[in-house]
Amino acid sequence: MLVEAGHYALALALGLSLIQFGVPLWGARVNDPVLMNVAPPAAIAVFICVLASFLALTAAYVTSDFSVLNVVENSHSTKPMIYKISGVWGNHEGSMLLWILILTLFGAVVAGARRSVPLRLRANTLGVQAAVTVAFLLFILTTSNPFTRVVPAPLEGQDLNPLLQDLGLAIHPPLLYIGYVGFSITFAFACAALIDGRIDAVWARIVRPWTLGAWAFLTLGIAMGSYWAYYELGWGGWWFWDPVENASLMPWLAGTALVHSTVVMEKRDALKVWTILLAILTFSLSLLGTFLVRSGVLTSVHSFAVDPERGIVILAILMIFIGGSLALFAWRAPMLQQGGIFAPVSREGVLVLNNLFLATACATVFIGTLYPLALESVTGEKISVGAPFFNFTFVPLMLPLLLLLPFGQTLAWKRGNFLGTAQRLYAVIGIAILVTLAVYAFTLGGPVLAPLAIGLGMFLVLGSLNEILTRSWAKGSNLSAALRRARGLPRSAWGTSLAHAGVGLTVIGIAATAWNAEELGILKVGDTLSAGPYQVKLERVVPRAEANYRDEVATLLVSSGGRELGHVETMKRIYVTRNMPTTEAGIMTFGLSQVYASIGEIQADGSVGLHLFYKPFVLLIWLGAVVMAAGGALSLSDRRLRVGAPVRAKGLQAMPAPAE
Amino acid sequence: MRTALALILALGLGGSALAVQPDEVLKDPALEQRARGISSGLRCLVCQNQSIDDSDAPLAKDLRVLVRERLTAGDSDSQVRDFLVQRYGEFVLLKPSFSGHNLLLWLGPFAVLVVGGIGVFVSMRRRKVQPAVPLDATEQSALEELLRGKGQGRKEV
Repeated sequence: MLVEAGHYALALALGLSLIQFGVPLWGARVNDPVLMNVAPPAAIAVFICVLASFLALTAAYVTSDFSVLNVVENSHSTKPMIYKISGVWGNHEGSMLLWILILTLFGAVVAGARRSVPLRLRANTLGVQAAVTVAFLLFILTTSNPFTRVVPAPLEGQDLNPLLQDLGLAIHPPLLYIGYVGFSITFAFACAALIDGRIDAVWARIVRPWTLGAWAFLTLGIAMGSYWAYYELGWGGWWFWDPVENASLMPWLAGTALVHSTVVMEKRDALKVWTILLAILTFSLSLLGTFLVRSGVLTSVHSFAVDPERGIVILAILMIFIGGSLALFAWRAPMLQQGGIFAPVSREGVLVLNNLFLATACATVFIGTLYPLALESVTGEKISVGAPFFNFTFVPLMLPLLLLLPFGQTLAWKRGNFLGTAQRLYAVIGIAILVTLAVYAFTLGGPVLAPLAIGLGMFLVLGSLNEILTRSWAKGSNLSAALRRARGLPRSAWGTSLAHAGVGLTVIGIAATAWNAEELGILKVGDTLSAGPYQVKLERVVPRAEANYRDEVATLLVSSGGRELGHVETMKRIYVTRNMPTTEAGIMTFGLSQVYASIGEIQADGSVGLHLFYKPFVLLIWLGAVVMAAGGALSLSDRRLRVGAPVRAKGLQAMPAPAE
Repeated sequence: MRTALALILALGLGGSALAVQPDEVLKDPALEQRARGISSGLRCLVCQNQSIDDSDAPLAKDLRVLVRERLTAGDSDSQVRDFLVQRYGEFVLLKPSFSGHNLLLWLGPFAVLVVGGIGVFVSMRRRKVQPAVPLDATEQSALEELLRGKGQGRKEV
């Protein structure tokens, strides 16, 4: 009954979103406030319906209702509760429902932001957003209904894919989807501006928090997914240039460009047309990502035929929205007024370069991901485009971007002085070079390029620090005055510096992978294997049983220079229901570095194969991403972006204490 | 990524994660180094975007052994690659060759950068000071409203 109610709520949501689509757009056209005001309650009602539907499906999972096909295929009564819940979106139908839930949630939040968004803009935006909702609700109702019943109901489910029975599944998809779908709001705002033919700095100010928020979540989602793959797949890699990863990287790159171009638009009223185009492209890439992942067209060229119906429907949605919005853009963009002018050497100038490099990097990933598909469909030739291609193309594009970053953040708006800026950075440049040389000297005979990359990372981190420092400390001023000024800096300045320092941390983490140590061995109990400064000793191999899986656990004693540091366990795991083996890596963390052990074949004589890694500073890769997202969040809390903040009394200019 | 995991698993490759097995390793470290270099650039043909160096599929193991056999027999790196391309087609190379149709792939990013750069250059040159647009009637009245001043129009900076 609850299941049917959930299905019904979904159908009701479709009806309501048709209203949310048609009425406000018409109202904006005929300038009728009553019609325009239909949008907010409609958006909230749609969200409530989708939420009810989502909860109904969750309830079916929690109670292990095996009369629902989706639950049968993806759940099991002995599965721990957390995986029963996260299993809701661990499959195609459920994850599409989560997608729509987040989409409508964003709509409801825009609907609630009554004071900050002008009536007309809000009506148009919610109308465009409803169009996306309608399309995806139609998709889910016609081709991916999660509420299909199965008669007779089986006694037990088929369990969730073992690799997905992980905390990662509970966190990664929601974060990623909030990022993906968050760009739908930016897209809707862009289309609304085009429909209205009016765009200005106010628009940029309204849109920026949405972009920034979506970007921060996408950053976290990608980092989380990367770390999940790192520990779960068990061969120690953290980025594979897999098409599915690329699908999330493309909107991230475009979104990063968008975050920067909206700054220019907000502060200087320039780059309007480009920003609108970028907003459209970013969400288009999110849709493309959804298409690539959901249709399976890329992960295997042949699996398109497995489910052509779904693939074709998403492709149709893709074409309608991308084609439609680009047509709208082509028609309306020439009418937009171009705004502020600036010299080539200025912060705007560098941000234009930032956008050029990020857009090219995004295009590179796009080409690398889709070219094999295009080539095969045109000529029948099959090629692979893997990590080496991206290392040769993507990485060189990132270098100038990263080198420019500290300069851009220091340059003045409108017209800057490059030499003056370089002077403000000379200490930073000096320290970065010293660090490079020191690292090189300490690891003589080791990798040559990696010390340079470490130096680049230091340049970014120190450059960001320098920005805060020079803005708050003038020659001769004392410490307390400097601290007061630092506290008085806008939070967006702190956020910018923090995010850019995060980029530096990630660069250092990636560079440090050059010093990874890796060792392979077949160990009997009592044998040792060493990687880098660490040794592991195989103490025992014992079986262990849990509710829904069985383990062969190898316990390793980790030591360094004769000092015992503790035990890690790595295991071969068999999930009983699906009879699928997985490997659980054993990881021990020392500061930012990790020892990573992965068990291999268990031989007939009881000895086991072991793959041991020492990964210095590897955690910086993800920590940097978390710092980037934190920077985004801090910037989001900036006073001028706080939606609907009360007007302060005159003369009170000081900021409330911001940063850490 | 989730789906990547799922697909890797669905294809039966998520099992043991050891990839290169200890018994495959060549005695000569220099030769083993070359073998690792070559195999990390070769696609495991039945996997999802994995190199044979990373994969646990039986086919990947066969290919790793094959690469090592050829190297021990005295083949150069490129001879080993050519041999595999002959056998399995270009699909086996994770780094597509720089020739024929693939020029489009390799030069694509470069072309985007150049075209984008020209676009930026042209639009910067064309950018001129634009004449101020006069306010329309509603804007004018809104302005007057503000100028009559109740402190409502104070602009936050």
